[in-house]
Amino acid sequence: MARRLLSSLGQFLATLLVATALIFVMLRVMPGDPAVVALGINATPEALAQWRAEYGTDQSLALQYLQWMGGLVRGDFGTSYVTSQDLSPLIVDRVQVTLILVGLSMLLALLVAVPLGMLAAIRHQHPSGVVLSGISQVGVAVPNFLVGVLLVAVFAVHLGWFPSGGWVAPADDPVEFARRLVLPVIALGSVQAAIITRYVRSAVLEIMREDFLRTARAKGLTKGAALVRHGLRNAGVPVVTIVGVQLAAMLIGSVVIERVFVIPGLGSLLVDSVGNRDLLAVQAIVAVLVLLVILINFLVDLAYTVLDPRLRKAA
Amino acid sequence: MTTHLDAPDATGVPVPPPTTTARRKRARPGIQLIIGASLIGLVAIVALVSLVWTPYDPETTVAADRLQFPSAAHWFGTDRFGRDVLSAVMAGSQITLLVGFIAVGIAVVVGVPLGILAGMRQGRLGDLIMRGNDILLAFPGLLLAIVFGAVFGAGTVTAMVALGIGSIPAFARVARSGTLQVMKTDYVFAARAANRSEFRIALRHVLPNISGMIVVQCSVNFGIAVLAEAGLSFLGLGTMPPTPSWGRMLQESQQFLGSYDYLAIAPGLAIAVAVLGFNLLGDGLRDRFDPKMRSNR
Amino acid sequence: MTSADFAVDVRGLTVTAGSTTLVDDVTFRIAPGERVGLIGESGSGKSVTSTAIMGLLPDTLSTSGSVSVAGGGDNLLGKSDARLARLRGSAMSMVFQEPMTALNPLMRVGRQVAEIMTIHRTASPAEADRRAVALLDDVGLPNPAETAKAYPHQLSGGQRQRVMLAMALANDPALLVCDEPTTALDVTVQKQVLDLVLRAVTERGTGLLFITHDLAVVASVCERVLVMNAGVVVEEGPIETVFTRPQHPYTRGLLAASDLTATDAGGRLFTIATAAGYDPARLRRDADAETAAVDSPSSTVRTPAEAPAAVVEPSAAPVSEAADAVSTAPPIVSVRGLTKTYVRSRSGLFGRAARVEALRGLDFDIREGERFGIVGESGSGKSTLLRILSGLDQPTSGDVEVVGTSLRGAKERDLGELRRTLQIVFQDPMGSLDPRMSVGDIVAEPLLNPANLRSGVAASPAERRRLVAEMLDHVGLPAASVERFPHEFSGGQRQRISIARALVCRPRVLVADEPVSALDVSVRAQVLNLLADLVDEYGLTLVFVSHDLGVVRHLCDTVAVMRAGEIVETGPTEQLYDAPAHEYTRQLVLATPTLQHTLENA
Repeated sequence: MARRLLSSLGQFLATLLVATALIFVMLRVMPGDPAVVALGINATPEALAQWRAEYGTDQSLALQYLQWMGGLVRGDFGTSYVTSQDLSPLIVDRVQVTLILVGLSMLLALLVAVPLGMLAAIRHQHPSGVVLSGISQVGVAVPNFLVGVLLVAVFAVHLGWFPSGGWVAPADDPVEFARRLVLPVIALGSVQAAIITRYVRSAVLEIMREDFLRTARAKGLTKGAALVRHGLRNAGVPVVTIVGVQLAAMLIGSVVIERVFVIPGLGSLLVDSVGNRDLLAVQAIVAVLVLLVILINFLVDLAYTVLDPRLRKAA
Repeated sequence: MTTHLDAPDATGVPVPPPTTTARRKRARPGIQLIIGASLIGLVAIVALVSLVWTPYDPETTVAADRLQFPSAAHWFGTDRFGRDVLSAVMAGSQITLLVGFIAVGIAVVVGVPLGILAGMRQGRLGDLIMRGNDILLAFPGLLLAIVFGAVFGAGTVTAMVALGIGSIPAFARVARSGTLQVMKTDYVFAARAANRSEFRIALRHVLPNISGMIVVQCSVNFGIAVLAEAGLSFLGLGTMPPTPSWGRMLQESQQFLGSYDYLAIAPGLAIAVAVLGFNLLGDGLRDRFDPKMRSNR
Repeated sequence: MTSADFAVDVRGLTVTAGSTTLVDDVTFRIAPGERVGLIGESGSGKSVTSTAIMGLLPDTLSTSGSVSVAGGGDNLLGKSDARLARLRGSAMSMVFQEPMTALNPLMRVGRQVAEIMTIHRTASPAEADRRAVALLDDVGLPNPAETAKAYPHQLSGGQRQRVMLAMALANDPALLVCDEPTTALDVTVQKQVLDLVLRAVTERGTGLLFITHDLAVVASVCERVLVMNAGVVVEEGPIETVFTRPQHPYTRGLLAASDLTATDAGGRLFTIATAAGYDPARLRRDADAETAAVDSPSSTVRTPAEAPAAVVEPSAAPVSEAADAVSTAPPIVSVRGLTKTYVRSRSGLFGRAARVEALRGLDFDIREGERFGIVGESGSGKSTLLRILSGLDQPTSGDVEVVGTSLRGAKERDLGELRRTLQIVFQDPMGSLDPRMSVGDIVAEPLLNPANLRSGVAASPAERRRLVAEMLDHVGLPAASVERFPHEFSGGQRQRISIARALVCRPRVLVADEPVSALDVSVRAQVLNLLADLVDEYGLTLVFVSHDLGVVRHLCDTVAVMRAGEIVETGPTEQLYDAPAHEYTRQLVLATPTLQHTLENA
């Protein structure tokens, strides 16, 4: 168990190292000298040289990478070339917003999807199961921003029940914070719920065909009881997999919902920074997103070990 | 439900004709397959028709016709520049299908051979490929598209390539796990014992036997690519104006919410129909190809 | 449990799937403590019958008739799942065929045994845990307290089947249903598990319904037998009567095909079609004769220590003229000091590599024209040996020479000669044929590489078609088969396709890996006859790997017995079976149920 953990951790760090190097190299290809971007095309060569020396862009790429990595390890993302803003507090702030949005949406999705997916599987031959399955199938096909746009049209514009967007920090005004989150969380969560419902359904259907479930019935459990007692944990592995994949996709996928509801999340910051040609900010945000994705994959890997004793063997 | 019945087999009696459940299912395509194929057929026909004819030119602005509600002249109404929404939706299907084809094409052409190679050459090479794959997995397609947009400039081509590269890991994984299964079979041993080269085995045994899984993955990823392109265009990082794109139409409709809702309905419906079609097709094909998943309807 | 005069009473049980009748009007009754066997081949409806009794049939099948279990009230058919669930595991319980998948992989086995008691409230949770350990002890699991904490994947197949049995017996059911409980197990383990079943039901007075395809197994466990064919019980009665004086032609056919010691006038095994010439009473006579014959050697040869030195040299003691002729022929396969150590791939960055010694120093020769049998249980290394012989794997040390080609360190391209001379028939008749290729393409595949052909010149498409057609004809398949796909054929027919593919390039050595172990007995006899004919016709040297001593005995003239990567004994077949020198060989011979052995106890 310890060995497997250690090996996942090693793989986690190795992936992180290569991924950051990749981000760094990829963004050096970005057209435009950052000094020119920062000072404008009319800047004097002296001013440009001074700027480069100040921000360290005149040094070798390897050195720049090491300095950047050194900063990352200390939690220092550097200073934006464009706005001269310290990036660290900005990014930390934005990450929190995105994590709250994504976390709540996933929670909503799981609360809806797990029971519905099971129901759809158990009743897969009954009309109710077929209808459930059909709804989830359609739900998967609807883009979350369409749901967002429609929710705004109905509940904000027509009915005026909720604000159409914006963000208030929970510490400032918890009620307003919650009110503004309702629509975006529903928009993001409902489509996820449809996706996860389908995976729960097929995982449970698969489990229902297992020999050990027949054994459980032969022991005196009814179909439903056998599924609950013996099936759920076994269905857990594929469901955890898809939750991990979806969480990773949502971190960046939420950017569209952030746009619809004018929420200052990490994705919005990324899109803005791309628009501003803010190299260092783009680099830092991509690094944070990739770190989060790798972290999720790592946690999913750990979850397998907890769920399945067969994977605990240190072979 | 599988039953635990004994498989029909020769028992000294003549072989029963092949009428097992599996075969009957094979002969009758599932409802999902039919609906999925019809929806995609619809999108494809609309795309083809729009190449030669749309009711109005989708890119021409007519100031006099701004923001008209759906009518006999403009079935889906007109947008803020007076462009016909129906025409734009029709023309938008071209971009949608193009992005899907190119993105999935890139992912298949790169991912499948890598996956087969990793499956056939376990050991250093295989490990290396899969490690590389894991790293790529850390870059979701949408993120790649945004970064590529920053580096190379946003646009349809950038979006297609980025989404394609982002889908490579999925195909490499599927191809590898399928290859590992096939390589364990006795018919591959038999082929090796019959002196067939690795390349021939990959071509004659591995590829045909994993093709079903690949086709299913194609269908699923096509839907993902369509959604992602719409999202990118919604953000203004995908297809650039004036080329019509469903995602951008949705984004443009946002400011007229409450008064001109029809502007959101038409492109939204179009996206949903296309994605639903590919997802249904994928599920239907999976039912056909993967006997374990059969009768999941 | 109750005072009913039956454990189970089945009347007119009929199961249909749509318009197909799977089980047709089956009636039988099992008295408390009675042991009844239900035998039949695949598709006979025997498993459907047992599943119907347990109330576990899928909803898509419809049933009629009546099933009553002691303590379970009247007819159970059509009762609700909740109602049936109360009886399952308490009044009746079941042991399934597949020990590998029948237990929940994520739950400790002790909990799984305890659960059956807590479900039926026959014990408090704490007491159930305690009794579970006692039950695991009862079924002979070592260290029961520790085993209770193990997960299924940490146990062997035999051990898992013991856990299943412990579970099934926990609530003292009136009826125990065993569906092929030992089919997936090795013979020595099978014997232990069968003895355990027998002891458990006898001690508890449990009625036993034992489902199997294996006549010898049923004879060793049951008192009475039902023979099922195509959903109908064609014959029933006491074992002794049914097996020695069968009334129904199907029973006679099954007996004839199962009896690998009996051959017809042409020296071929009986099949269902030729069973008319078979005299079942010979089983009784043989059994009587064997009681006399087997007893003496097995009591005198019980000195394994002195034997091995004399034993390892193959073909050293020719017993017949045929073997004599073979032993003077030059070796076509020569194995010296062969070892194979697998390094199981390390997992992750810091994983440690595990070493598995699959073969530990083998020496033997196979001579041209010999029929060489290799017998061993799972894990004995026989499959590894076979892969190395076929050039699909490399020896770790030692050498193998096949027709003059040394396989040590040989590159893939040096193996052309080997591949031309040696071909393989595999165990799984479905898995060894590519489902996406037509039979014609499958059989023609070896012809595509010119190196495989004696002429060394690529065969033209027309030439290939001719060779394939000729080969299919030889293995008894219709010419039209070329256009069809593997799934359209039965198991036996698929094995014929596999044989055709192996022989199409006219190899000199044919390696057969358990080629009949997945087949029904009646088909088995046909395939064995075909193999024997082809070996004669093509002058092949046969290397036949099997876990089934009876099959090897029938087909081979020399046998090597493998265990844990070593050959413990080699010798001419008859000698090795009648007077096994090594203790393990004797265990194997004794553990293998044969009709003769079991009838002598009847």
